[in-house]
Amino acid sequence: MVQAIVFLPLLGCLAAGLLGRFLGARGCGILTSALLTVSAILSWIVFVDVGVYGHDAHVRLFTWISAGALAVDWALKVDPLVAVMLVVVTNVSALVHIYSIGYMDEDPHQPRFFSYLSLFTLAMLMLVTADNLVQLFFGWEGVGLASYLLIGFWYLKPEANAAAIKAFIVNRIGDFGFALGIFALYAMIGSVGYETIFAEAKSLAGKTIHFAGRDFDALTVICLLLFMGAMGKSAQFLLHTWLPDAMEGPTPVSALIHAATMVTAGVFMVARLSPLFELAPTALTVVTFVGATTAFFAATVGLVQNDIKRIVAYSTCSQLGYMFVGMGVGAYSVGMFHLFTHASFKALLFLGAGSVLRAMHHEQDIRKMGGLRNRIPFTYAVMVVGTLALTGFPLTAGFFSKDAIIEAAYASDGAAAQYAFWLTVIAAALTSFYGWRLIFVVFHGNSRADRHTLEHAHESPWVMTVPLAFLALGALVLGLGFKGIFTGPEGVARFFRDSLFSASNHKILEDMHHVPIWVASSATVMMLAGFLVAYWFYIRDPEAPKRLAERQDLLYRFLLNKWYFDEIYDFLLVRPAMWLGRVLWKQGDGWLIDGFGPDGVSARVIDVTNRVVRLQTGYLYHYAFVMLIGVAAIITWFLVWGGGS
Amino acid sequence: MMVGWPILSVVVFLPLVGALFIFALQGDDEATQRNARYVALWTTLVTFALSLLLVAGFERATAEFQFVENHYWLGGTIRYHMGVDGISLPFVILTTFLMPVSILASFGPIKTRVKEYMIAFLVLETLMVGTFCALDLVLFYVFFEGGLIPMFLIIGIWGGARRVYATFKFFLYTLAGSVLMLLALMAMYWQAGTTDIAALLTHAFPRPMQTWLFLAFLASFAVKLPMWPVHTWLPDAHVEAPTAGSVILAAILLKMGGYGFIRFSLPMFPNASELFAPMMFALSLMAIIYTSLVALMQEDMKKLIAYSSVAHMGFVTMGLFTLSNEGVQGGIFQMVSHGIVSAALFLCVGVIYDRMHTREIAAYGGLVNRMPLYAAAFMVFTLANVGLPGTSGFVGEFLTLIAAFRVNIIVALFATTGVILSAAYALWLYRRVIFGALEKKNLTGILDLDRREIVVLAPLVILTVLFGIWPAPILDTSASSVAALVDHAKAALAPAKSALWLP
Repeated sequence: MVQAIVFLPLLGCLAAGLLGRFLGARGCGILTSALLTVSAILSWIVFVDVGVYGHDAHVRLFTWISAGALAVDWALKVDPLVAVMLVVVTNVSALVHIYSIGYMDEDPHQPRFFSYLSLFTLAMLMLVTADNLVQLFFGWEGVGLASYLLIGFWYLKPEANAAAIKAFIVNRIGDFGFALGIFALYAMIGSVGYETIFAEAKSLAGKTIHFAGRDFDALTVICLLLFMGAMGKSAQFLLHTWLPDAMEGPTPVSALIHAATMVTAGVFMVARLSPLFELAPTALTVVTFVGATTAFFAATVGLVQNDIKRIVAYSTCSQLGYMFVGMGVGAYSVGMFHLFTHASFKALLFLGAGSVLRAMHHEQDIRKMGGLRNRIPFTYAVMVVGTLALTGFPLTAGFFSKDAIIEAAYASDGAAAQYAFWLTVIAAALTSFYGWRLIFVVFHGNSRADRHTLEHAHESPWVMTVPLAFLALGALVLGLGFKGIFTGPEGVARFFRDSLFSASNHKILEDMHHVPIWVASSATVMMLAGFLVAYWFYIRDPEAPKRLAERQDLLYRFLLNKWYFDEIYDFLLVRPAMWLGRVLWKQGDGWLIDGFGPDGVSARVIDVTNRVVRLQTGYLYHYAFVMLIGVAAIITWFLVWGGGS
Repeated sequence: MMVGWPILSVVVFLPLVGALFIFALQGDDEATQRNARYVALWTTLVTFALSLLLVAGFERATAEFQFVENHYWLGGTIRYHMGVDGISLPFVILTTFLMPVSILASFGPIKTRVKEYMIAFLVLETLMVGTFCALDLVLFYVFFEGGLIPMFLIIGIWGGARRVYATFKFFLYTLAGSVLMLLALMAMYWQAGTTDIAALLTHAFPRPMQTWLFLAFLASFAVKLPMWPVHTWLPDAHVEAPTAGSVILAAILLKMGGYGFIRFSLPMFPNASELFAPMMFALSLMAIIYTSLVALMQEDMKKLIAYSSVAHMGFVTMGLFTLSNEGVQGGIFQMVSHGIVSAALFLCVGVIYDRMHTREIAAYGGLVNRMPLYAAAFMVFTLANVGLPGTSGFVGEFLTLIAAFRVNIIVALFATTGVILSAAYALWLYRRVIFGALEKKNLTGILDLDRREIVVLAPLVILTVLFGIWPAPILDTSASSVAALVDHAKAALAPAKSALWLP
């Protein structure tokens, strides 16, 4: 069954990629969607089988890399944690595949598109089902490849190409740390398999890694290196710059890869390695700190963006920060809960945005929309549902998972926990503001679109609305339905068993249910505050935001330019690297090595020979001849000398 | 395994027979050229098929030399001693596999002196395979240095505009190395009393002598590989060489340097290898970082790939001098993988060079619009060059890095930055050549891969992916021999270390 879940997408990828011409555009869409749907249904069966009945699966396929003491298998391992990911990945992927049949309707390269989508799904499934870090890394880079290919899917657009490369390289910077983390684990433990690592992890306590004349705590260093990979993949603060640019890709891609699944791989990795992270409190503090900072930072940037997809992208970035806060304070199941619910409502928001874009002839600037609720009422409805879930309206999915993270942060006694608590509470208000801002500006008020566009604005076909309906349903009920197994101490113990590390008696999960009432209600209060401000700004007094922006010009531009990260990186990293490359090439190779090496020598040789012999022929044959004579001379020499001995 | 007939010699000298056939062809008309091409192709194909018998009969569990032939040759001391072990066999197969590919790739582009061209390639094959099979110092030297002559001719006669400069530079570098190596060979004979490699592998050279021998061999192998800072001949040689020449140069001739380190430096001079390991690491890091940065700024496609080759060879030397199973096996794998991938990349450049007669990156752009198949193949090789897991490029890099981390964290740290830089230069190249709108007028009529080009590139695509997912054929072949080598070297180092503790 697991094999089917993982390899049906591979089948789809190969079929669409190699036989696309025969299957036709529609055929590819239908075939890959059908395969993914089967995968999705099977994943629920596995979810129940593993989560409820405890039938974990561990299939070893064949040996991948075996050299010296290193042994890496291709394996499919399913435990409850993986089962959650299987459900998320295959279901969102199936819905996105189906949606894409409608959304990509007019694109001439549909077979390629569906092939890439299925390739992505395969890589993501290989990532989650790994039983060792190297296969995890394979999936990790594989989803990165799919992301690169899909961001750059419309290769005629220079921005799309630039964004694709940026995504790949920024992720590689994270992977640089990830790879070093794997190397360090192998150096310390002698294995890259989860089982051995977790078994030996305790023995690493107190051990140090000697580097640059100092000793560092081994576990902390390893966890931080691994987390660097997670920061890249999950677009956390400092390595987040690729995610907004990734919106150049088709919208279904943004929903699947850059919202629901791939970007959560970093969160999954920390959860997967929770037995390791749990032993490194300093690393967990960093995780908490980075997560909280991202949650806040991305939300501030999201406040002022005008591109509908970028608003949702920054929102994703911010929500990923929440998940890391959950991880960092040791409430791994709670972080996973937010991953689970977020997948549904964020995919919903993105696909809803796609439906808006389709109606608006792919105009992405929300300032040119407005009043769309009558034109596309269904899209409006599901977008409102998505926003309710995102902002944590009571009883929606986000309400349970986000509040749980905030409560866990408050209850934790980790070093950065209070910092995380306050930032996530503030970010909740910001989230609510930009969420409702989007709804009000796009769907309410007067239309600012040109006549032609508006007249042609119509609701999407059923292949797009049905997936939206499914996701909307998820955004409404997933929180209530699954809160038991993700946040209840007993539920977590029963469902996750030992697939996640849990402190004695699930202390944090117990404590978070006993926080003061003002803490428990803080997120809801903040949500209301954000809603009211947004309502004031965009319904009651639409001139207010403009006035504020003018008064706070510096701050506004700082946020609008995303804290100037792109400019800083360009100045600090990109330009110096290119300058250095040119200098090393022209001066290093050209002037120094060649100048004093072969060119210099040959110039002298030519000087001399010109004076003495005046060579008239090309050099080549002479040298070849000299070589031959040399070889002959050696043979002769050995012959004579060797024979005489 | 023993076979009734000298299979190694047949594999080595069969191309020479083919060359004689072509030599005997009369005239220089179309028909003769055609015949020359097909004789060369069939000769290399049969050679490849025969070499597969080596794989079939190869005993993986032992580190011993196999298919051994040992005959009287020169004066009794110098013998015709041939054999393969798990270290050399992958290179033998790589060579015999890439030869038909190169010959087929030359069918279209080479129109002048076809007979001579094919003869040069066939002679080259004999010398290259011989290098990997030779088990006698003098025999090795003859093959090793002899291989340069046809390569000189290939670049010098069928090369580009600045071919004489490139050949000259190539020659100057290698000359210095080979003279020193020759002296080292003589010294080894005086000291050990034999030129037999199998015997020398167990001979313990005195430590001071090891140092000098190591440096002398280094001079030759470092140029060949090439290592920084003696790499500057490579970009020029590649740029001027015809496509198939570049393929063989990058895929096989460079590997002779790496093979030399494994065959001679590590097992015969273990103390010196340990002594110089820090220097080798430093040079490897320079190669990885320095040449990657230089590759980033190249404007000529072949130069870019040539510089990236130097960077990839940096991983090889780094892995070898960790003196560990993972590192040495990783180094071997990296060489084989690079043999396939760099060959493929040069073939890809050749495809568009044949159409547009320029290698300027700026002269292209948007090729995917006209050449989707080409774009797909080029993408696979670009990803392998980047070292993406699932392609063959990953396995070698990963193994060498994981081994380096155990030995020296700083080395691994700096070397790992190579994975970021390689992504930058490779993907940027791809974007500039393949993606974007097709704006240049002269490109609007460019044609996608024809059938011959598909036949040439398809096996390389398959192998790149296959070895990425299932590297066992190469890793398992080399395992026993590498384990024996590492054990032997470690054993040689152990008494030296414990001696320090004696009062």
